[in-house]
Amino acid sequence: MLYGTRLRALSIATLVTMIAALGLAFFYAPMDADQGFMQKIFYVHVPMAMVALCGFVFGGIMAIQHLRTGDARYDMRSYVAIHLSLILGVGVLLTGAIWAKASWGHWWVWDEPTLVSFLIVFLLYATYQPMRFSIEDREKQSRYASVFAIIAGAFVPLNFLAVRLAQAYTHPRVFATADGGLPAKMQLPFYLSLLGMAMLYVTLWRYEMASKNTSAKLRSLRRKLGGDEAVAPVGRTAAPTLPSA
Amino acid sequence: MSASAREHPTTAEPAPGGAPPEPRLVPLRAAVRALLRKELGLELRAPQAVPAMALFSVTTLVVFHFALQRGQVEGDLAAGVLWVTLLFAAMLGISRLFVADHEEGGLDGFLLAPTDRTALLVAKAVGLFAFLAAVEVIAVPAFALLLLGPAPGIGTYAQLVALLLLADAGIAVIGTLIGAIAVQTRARDLIVPLMALPLLIPVVIAGAKGTTPLLAEASGSGLPLRWPLLLGLYDLIFGLLAYALFDYLIED
Repeated sequence: MLYGTRLRALSIATLVTMIAALGLAFFYAPMDADQGFMQKIFYVHVPMAMVALCGFVFGGIMAIQHLRTGDARYDMRSYVAIHLSLILGVGVLLTGAIWAKASWGHWWVWDEPTLVSFLIVFLLYATYQPMRFSIEDREKQSRYASVFAIIAGAFVPLNFLAVRLAQAYTHPRVFATADGGLPAKMQLPFYLSLLGMAMLYVTLWRYEMASKNTSAKLRSLRRKLGGDEAVAPVGRTAAPTLPSA
Repeated sequence: MSASAREHPTTAEPAPGGAPPEPRLVPLRAAVRALLRKELGLELRAPQAVPAMALFSVTTLVVFHFALQRGQVEGDLAAGVLWVTLLFAAMLGISRLFVADHEEGGLDGFLLAPTDRTALLVAKAVGLFAFLAAVEVIAVPAFALLLLGPAPGIGTYAQLVALLLLADAGIAVIGTLIGAIAVQTRARDLIVPLMALPLLIPVVIAGAKGTTPLLAEASGSGLPLRWPLLLGLYDLIFGLLAYALFDYLIED
């Protein structure tokens, strides 16, 4: 599969959607009565968190496929998905901290179960790359990474349940779902931001996949032209390498 | 490393004049029993993991005494001290779990044996569970003696034991998986706590929340049922996952 095809069209569509979503968020959505302008960060923070979590689960599903078929390309998909979700995860934690500071006056609050769960999930996935890096054997590295991705993917919902139970026990409170309490004029910008963020994730995923595939192809062409001496050996790396065709 | 090679380890040339003898599969229960006997026998003859974990937990209790600057703890603080101590002691056991087998070739020997890989998972998890329970037999009385405020009644201890055993099952399953991953890495002792601690946070949540009312001074309230249920759910989910995934961790 060629990941580079129609990448330009996808990039432009992503850019347009994101600009439209931000434009709506700033100029169309009403000002929040309590939080004022700071509430606009909601249109970045929440979609980013949702997309990052979906990316982690997608990485787990690709890992299941990898263990089933033994096809290295699934390992690559899983790796790239988790890698991008980790990058989004940094953004989620930063925007979450800024929002918490603005609305509660502290950089971090423990009685926001979603954010706390996200931190735990982020800490778990932060060990994914060090773990890969410290296994030298390529085949073993990809197999173990897939096992880890599946365990961690199953951990995500269980962890959300546990943290939420812990909160509900001490502070009984009514939980509104993400869109349940949302006024109609906020819904459109929110869903558009969610779409834009998802498209951004897919676009970045395809860019990284295209880059990784192209480098693998380039290596195998070099090897065909100049023999084994023409390509530098792959050093130790956390990233999976595709078998040169 | 194809699937067919894995399932038929003895695809030798057919013997002239007859079908090749079918490899006899050792039944799972016999294999588990043998592996478990080896695991416990090793620990009984040359005790290593359990004394180290027990000593570590008592030392941690002393550290808590000075770090918190308290002679007695109760309620949520007592629950926190107990769970942190037991969890960190478990990390020691997890990082040693597969080391001997990996270095002395026990894993290779097991892979040659005609038996289901699940036997190793079950034996290791049950072994780790036994080690954790043995450590708690020492650590929990030490905790009650050294730090716990008012001594709770017998009924409270029974509930605490039930909670500890449920948590031990979860720690044993996660520990077996993480131990098997970590033993293949070059940074074994770093990987184990980094991976196992976030994964065990639901156990800590349920354990600490469930223990708090038991160790509170006015211990009239019992154990809320939701915390043992959460631990049971955790054990079930990761038990099934471990059963499904363990084969991929030891094939070589």
